[in-house]
Amino acid sequence: MESAEVDEFIESAKAGDHTAFAELVRRTYADTYTLAFRLLGNEEDARDVVQETYIRVHKGLKKFRGDSRFSTWLHRITANCANTYLGKRGRHTHEPLPDDPVIVDLRSSVDPQARVDRGDLRSELTEAVRALPPKLRAVLVLRDVYELSHGDIAEQLEISESAAKVRLHRARKRLREQLFPRGDEGEQRAV
Amino acid sequence: MQCETISLELAGVADGLETLAPAAEQHVQRCLRCQAELAQYRKLLRALVSLRDQQIIPDDYLLGEILEALRPPAPVHRLHRRHRRVAYLGGIAAATAAGAAGAIVIATRLVHQREQLAG
Repeated sequence: MESAEVDEFIESAKAGDHTAFAELVRRTYADTYTLAFRLLGNEEDARDVVQETYIRVHKGLKKFRGDSRFSTWLHRITANCANTYLGKRGRHTHEPLPDDPVIVDLRSSVDPQARVDRGDLRSELTEAVRALPPKLRAVLVLRDVYELSHGDIAEQLEISESAAKVRLHRARKRLREQLFPRGDEGEQRAV
Repeated sequence: MQCETISLELAGVADGLETLAPAAEQHVQRCLRCQAELAQYRKLLRALVSLRDQQIIPDDYLLGEILEALRPPAPVHRLHRRHRRVAYLGGIAAATAAGAAGAIVIATRLVHQREQLAG
């Protein structure tokens, strides 16, 4: 996504060129939507968050100095908007969050990496990630899929770095337990 | 040391950013179960990174919705404000005139009624 052309659009948009900003949106919105969908787990919420994200990007573009990649900056804003959205939704509705993981039918005898190579595990993994509780899912997606730093994640989700790490470890553990059910591993224990 | 106690820690060291305490490290070196668990975490992380390349394609309407949300509000010109002011003053004048006309009608009727009663 990042290219000299994108940099030019950014500079033109900063100077007030609405066409350049629209082109920037056109080139990035699918990626932003993908992240929002992964963070929120449903289409309608993701659409709302994507709109809010670009409104914030439009307002704050002049502050973007290029210290990080534009995509990273965009991901941070998307994460922050998704977090705000989840907070508001949590305050205004009493809908229970899906804390119980959805059981994913996986064949433990098949090597997971080979399943990834064939594309089988991707859909299973996508579903397993989607079934995580929102707070765990957000940290896992931002760190392990989008490779944001713990500091960035903590800042955007408005939690401490140590809380981000604890959530990440719990999320990874849940996924591992789902994707690699007991029986795959050696039962031998250390003495 | 029990495997269960370091299970969560293994989730943290799988990406190489954190390290285990020496005692836990020694345990993992001797424990096949923990070694298998660590290998599973590493496979999981590779699989998660691979999701980065997978894009969820939104429908065609989303781009239009975003651009519509970004559309700047129509500018308010001085001329428009002046027109609004004229319309506002005109409204007040019309209301005043209507009120005065109503008062005249009522006063005229009262005068007629008095004349009929007197006559």
